[in-house]
Amino acid sequence: MAINPVKVPVREQEAKVRATNFEEVCYGYNAEEAMEEAKRCLNCKNPKCVQGCPVSISIPEFIQEVKAGNFEEAAKVIAKSSSLPAVCGRVCPQETQCEGVCVVGIKGDPVSIGKLERFVADWSRENNIDLTGNIEKNGIKVGIVGSGPAGLACAGDLAKLGYDVTVFEAFHESGGVLTYGIPEFRLPKEKVVNYEIDSIRKLGVKIENNVIVGRTITIDEMIEEEGFKAVFIGSGAGLPSFMGIPGENANGVLSANEFLTRVNLMKAYIDDYDTPIRVGKHVAVVGGGNVAMDAARTALRLGADTHIVYRRSEEELPARVEEVHHAKEEGIIFDLLTNPKEIHVDENGNVCGLTCVKMELGEPDDSGRRRPVEVPGSEFRIDVDMVIMSLGTKPNPLIASTTPGLDVDKRRCIVADEDGLTSLEGIYAGGDTVTGAATVISAMGAGRVAAAAMHKYLKEKYL
Amino acid sequence: MGYKIVDKKQLNDVVYLMDIEAPRVAKSAKPGQFIIVIIDQKGERIPLTIADYDVQRGTVTIVFQIVGDSSKKLSKLEIGDSIKDFVGPLGRPSDFVDEDIEAIKKKKIIFIAGGVGAAPVYPQVKWMHENGIDVDVIIGARSKDIVIFEDKMRAVAKNVYMCTDDGSYGFHGNVTMLLDDLVKNQGKQYDEAIVIGPMIMMKFACLATKKLNIPTIVSLNTIMVDGTGMCGACRVSVGDDIKFACVDGPEFDGWLVDFDEAMKRQTMFKTEEGRKSLRKSDGDTHSNPNCKIGGSH
Repeated sequence: MAINPVKVPVREQEAKVRATNFEEVCYGYNAEEAMEEAKRCLNCKNPKCVQGCPVSISIPEFIQEVKAGNFEEAAKVIAKSSSLPAVCGRVCPQETQCEGVCVVGIKGDPVSIGKLERFVADWSRENNIDLTGNIEKNGIKVGIVGSGPAGLACAGDLAKLGYDVTVFEAFHESGGVLTYGIPEFRLPKEKVVNYEIDSIRKLGVKIENNVIVGRTITIDEMIEEEGFKAVFIGSGAGLPSFMGIPGENANGVLSANEFLTRVNLMKAYIDDYDTPIRVGKHVAVVGGGNVAMDAARTALRLGADTHIVYRRSEEELPARVEEVHHAKEEGIIFDLLTNPKEIHVDENGNVCGLTCVKMELGEPDDSGRRRPVEVPGSEFRIDVDMVIMSLGTKPNPLIASTTPGLDVDKRRCIVADEDGLTSLEGIYAGGDTVTGAATVISAMGAGRVAAAAMHKYLKEKYL
Repeated sequence: MGYKIVDKKQLNDVVYLMDIEAPRVAKSAKPGQFIIVIIDQKGERIPLTIADYDVQRGTVTIVFQIVGDSSKKLSKLEIGDSIKDFVGPLGRPSDFVDEDIEAIKKKKIIFIAGGVGAAPVYPQVKWMHENGIDVDVIIGARSKDIVIFEDKMRAVAKNVYMCTDDGSYGFHGNVTMLLDDLVKNQGKQYDEAIVIGPMIMMKFACLATKKLNIPTIVSLNTIMVDGTGMCGACRVSVGDDIKFACVDGPEFDGWLVDFDEAMKRQTMFKTEEGRKSLRKSDGDTHSNPNCKIGGSH
């Protein structure tokens, strides 16, 4: 039987409508669409897609269950490898991971693995499928620093292995970037994020919020005073960068982290929440990553006309193609090959303009991308009253600076080997705090790898 | 759930003190640090001074002034009520905490507190007292009826000098005039000043200490969101550097702080009045009425 080269399209909210609300853009597949799409999987003997998945989900196996309509079985297959399938199905860059290596993709569209994973996860939530299973407790205490994707994945795996897991989270809500960073219209909080975190709690994982490791408690205290036998550090890379250009401290210049935290975590866009936000009428978002797209699309939804200002060309945009496409559909203006030079400030300290310079691409730099070079005399000013800096983030030095003997590299990332082991016995790390800002799924992968290594270590020492 | 209010006192018309049960914070708190509270489900994150802490009772004392809706809401809570979140300790402890005690003893230190600033000054002076270090303190206020923490401060400081703008109590004048008087007329010498109070008061105190050549530390009360270094809402220019007050501070070399910029940033959306005027001036971009948000909540 011939395989349809075209994937089953996924239903989405219409661009004009969604640009004015925070509801999810993509509706996902229904059961019929999912079963139809699942037929396109060749069920390869040596599946490339599994190798492309950072947590190695048995992709053909779950897709065959979807094809047969056995959605609960499909959910069980996924649960063996992933604790956050509804999240990953939505935010993974599948085009460079599982779907990027799908054999069907050579001659047509790859199988929509992400959308199928999402369907299975949403279906099992809607049908209250319990994937907890029976867990035999071993009573050994393990501490996790940070409740982002790395920490949650590590916690979930260790809890399934019987450990007594406590996650320490600095914020009042759990989830890390899933909660404060990625907006509601890409990743619904109540329905998806909170539900998946609750599923991890059902495995017996305790989450202690409002605990800042390095301030409220140190890693040494966790080990020496609170009896944790091993610790996983998944504290991410949350420290924002600024450009260092004139006017950057003006009122109306925000890091994307601040903007998104106010909107997503603090719900500043809802009138009866107490956190204020000030959104301009003309907003420039500086940067070209997924966070820049999220910030721009959020500002647009709050009523601003919004520009993405990026110093390279469209080809080099680090954001996912799907997100760039969505942003354009919604009416975000892309000022490419453009770099800010100065932010203009009025007498009250507010942003009133942005001088940029045109760029052209020169020779490739260290990252392999062509280096942008200023075009002399090409300065021009755009009228904006708000500038959002989305230039990437670095790890927070707090944990490293309060944990003697914990090695960091020159970018302040924690040094860990391929198992996630740091320079200290029993202390593991993974996710953005080791790699610098990367993806949700690679953080989850690192959390799972560390969990396996911690189990091996603890088993030898204590079991 | 939440963090229980175990004591509450009204210190003057607009200033309240509360003891909050938060054992982990109490155990780790050091002079110079602060906490963040969220009152309820829809609350904002409010940075507040640590005015005292008691490891045995597991409590942290906060002192706050009513400046807007959130602090008003907090002031209405009673003993036995709980606040939703209480995070800390945040910020770096004061530098002296890690310095050699004998070296500190050789220095003549003056603490200068303006208004509610007496509350964060108190744990620092208390720390000095517990380590056998004598220090002087200036407490300044607009008038006598709003002075706070005088008795507590007298119990731990060598000398406490009071001043009021209207002359209703102590020296008639502001803290910088009193400092001038102490140095120029009363033969006092100081090697270091630690100034905590409203931004404008810290600015003028720094101008004064510069003239008197007394190196000065200030504690900045900037706008904050997370308080852990991940957003930069609290950024300030200190010398040639951009610093985040929540992680690099809140204490900085006062002579290097760009107070004018910091004061402009502080006004961004400080009060509900400010927010209302924002709503008026920014119209529908403040909260877009066409935006069907909240539907899924």
